[in-house]
Amino acid sequence: MTTVNGDMTEQLHDKRTVVIEPAGLDRLIEVLSRQGYEVVGPTLRDGAIIYDRLASTADLPVGWTDEQGPGTYRLRRRGDNALFGYAVGPHSWKKFLFPPALTLWRARQAGESFEMEAETAAEPRYVFFGVRPCELQAMEIQDRVFMKGAHIDPSYRSRRENIFVVAVNCGHAGGTCFCVSMQTGPRATFGHDLALTEVVGNGSHYFVVETGSGAGAEILDDIPHREARDEEIAAADRLLCDTAGRMSRELETNGIRDLLYRNYENPRWDDVAGRCLTCANCTFVCPTCFCHTVEDVTDLDGRHAERRRPWDFCFTADFSYLHGGSVRSSAKSRYRQWMTHKLAAWIDQFGTSGCVGCGRCITWCPVGIDITEEARAIRESER
Amino acid sequence: MSPGPCESPMRPQPYVVRGVRRETHDVFTLELEPAGDAAPLAFGPGQFTMLYAFGMGEVPISISGDPAGNTMLVHTIRAVGTVTRALERCRKGDVLGVRGPFGTCWPVDEAAGKDVVLAAGGIGLAPLRSVMYRLLARRERYGRIALLYGTRTPEDIVYRDELEEWRGRLDLNVQVTVDRAGSDWRGNVGAVTTLLPRAEFDPANTVAMFCGPEVMMRFTMLALMKRGLQAEQMYLSMERNMKCGIGLCGHCQLGPFFICKDGPVFPYDRVKWLFGREEI
Ligand SMILES: Cc1cc2nc3c(=O)[nH]c(=O)nc-3n(C[C@H](O)[C@H](O)[C@H](O)COP(=O)(O)OP(=O)(O)OC[C@H]3O[C@@H](n4cnc5c(N)ncnc54)[C@H](O)[C@@H]3O)c2cc1C
Ligand code: SF4
Ligand code: SF4
Ligand code: FES
Repeated sequence: MTTVNGDMTEQLHDKRTVVIEPAGLDRLIEVLSRQGYEVVGPTLRDGAIIYDRLASTADLPVGWTDEQGPGTYRLRRRGDNALFGYAVGPHSWKKFLFPPALTLWRARQAGESFEMEAETAAEPRYVFFGVRPCELQAMEIQDRVFMKGAHIDPSYRSRRENIFVVAVNCGHAGGTCFCVSMQTGPRATFGHDLALTEVVGNGSHYFVVETGSGAGAEILDDIPHREARDEEIAAADRLLCDTAGRMSRELETNGIRDLLYRNYENPRWDDVAGRCLTCANCTFVCPTCFCHTVEDVTDLDGRHAERRRPWDFCFTADFSYLHGGSVRSSAKSRYRQWMTHKLAAWIDQFGTSGCVGCGRCITWCPVGIDITEEARAIRESER
Repeated sequence: MSPGPCESPMRPQPYVVRGVRRETHDVFTLELEPAGDAAPLAFGPGQFTMLYAFGMGEVPISISGDPAGNTMLVHTIRAVGTVTRALERCRKGDVLGVRGPFGTCWPVDEAAGKDVVLAAGGIGLAPLRSVMYRLLARRERYGRIALLYGTRTPEDIVYRDELEEWRGRLDLNVQVTVDRAGSDWRGNVGAVTTLLPRAEFDPANTVAMFCGPEVMMRFTMLALMKRGLQAEQMYLSMERNMKCGIGLCGHCQLGPFFICKDGPVFPYDRVKWLFGREEI
């Protein structure tokens, strides 16, 4: 399984590039399910493409695409039967690795003392089916948060170490994507067991598949496939090149850390505060946001206690609460905290930007606030 | 001492309350001992634990005891809200949960051979008391030592016996002030900064440490800088909401820092560019 970027198993296996027909992907789901995996991936639900259980490729949003813009998201028929002809939706894979609600432990009062109950449930083993390149980077970023520091989140790690990753390179640039600026896409270069490029049109429909790990190469034994021909590889490459050329927006990252650190007092923060509703949608959908809180609760007789860990959001007043009031009481300070963390502080904390250019925060912001636009405004104010 | 790979760093260890002492009407000190045969907690001055009241919640509290030799984990707590009030209801024999110790330490070793100025506001004296114990344990290592402490009223003075004992020593300069007092108070009234003229030190060879409200620390720093101290000679303890203590929950951020692991004690020149900014 791909654990971590640069893992030995990724480098040591003999990388292969093969072609798989659409039916072969059903076979892949079947084989992995039989190995005890729970296969999750994109599927249609309530007018959006979200991530949930897949029984077969029929559960994918076949023939659908999305139209995205600041504050807007709409599904539309493509006119073909592409399996992956859309960009990312409101969900991200973090909901499986870093669940929105998790019980960390349970304890019971025992005499004067209390006893921790032993862990029972084994963590699920997931196949992530249809991970976009920017999302691979988002996972790599959360790895740094939850398993590369001095303290490790054991639940995250056991989920993470057991996933099988089927990545999908992007043949469709979403309306708010800017992965090229963040150097995270549109082609998967690490962190996957298999990476697919879907080629559809002119009467043909096939997947150019690159192996990314020993486990990925091994599973090909059970899936009908053939070696990829040069023109098939070239067709896939052309597609990804086109996608890269169709980015809807750009974020200039050069010197951005110092730029933001220099601009804590920029009037642009007042401007964005006039629009921001502090609804926290942006942090909710962002695949790298990792903040959470801790809730301690008891049952009615007070003898059993448990600790829960729900997601938390830097846009709320409670987030920075100290006895007497919140440190960040204004919308201005909260948006500033979010964006400065994402694009600057993250670099100091984890050696990487906290943004992968997926565009979710732009699409799902009810008032269409655009992080690339805000960063540009700050930069231009210095000119 | 980080936990093993399988152990969740979010699981508290049970500690038994062995002693409860009232300091003031809303401040109390707990002495805790690990339940069973677990080893006492080794810590450095300035570090804190996450203290858990069963089912009620968990809060960051500085360790205020003696880092050397003592088997007790000592916490001095001001009851202000849900969890601290639950802790206030603790009696001898009750069991609390403890995680830690976490965070950075005061520079007691760097201060060797130098004059030391400690300035505390309110409950901020708790972590600086650990520093005092360390300094006094090796008194000969240090030059002049000044402890300046300010609190709201004479009734809010914590560690009163100890302060009086230290004040009686010829090798310590201990000064106490209050914001306001009744007519029976014979001591100082005013901010901590008003005590500074009474502290003697060699500005070129001094280390200063502050813990208290941000305004108090800011004015103390400004005053000390006027007397020739440089930013690199000053250390302060920062406070933010904390939910994990281990750099995961994101709550305690201050610019690029996680106060729970990069702090709470910072050399001032590291945080100077952030300190005093509003809502940061
Ligand atoms: C590093 C550090 C060391 C501290 N050391 C001490 C100490 O030695 N003695 C002492 O009395 N107090 C100390 N505090 C402050 C103490 O943590 C708060 O008073 C306590 O969290 C209040 O919790 P509550 O539930 O009683 O209050 P509520 O007002 O009910 O607070 C609700 C929640 O907000 C958060 N919160 C509120 N105030 C603070 C605060 N000041 N700091 C951090 N989180 C807060 C907590 O998560 C708390 O559970 C320290 C804080 C920090 C960050
Ligand atoms: S900040 Fe916005 S664009 Fe960047 S990773 Fe998060 S959701 Fe995607
Ligand atoms: S930027 Fe948009 S999505 Fe984020 S909190 Fe403000 S209004 Fe909500
Ligand atoms: S308290 Fe959770 S990151 Fe510092």
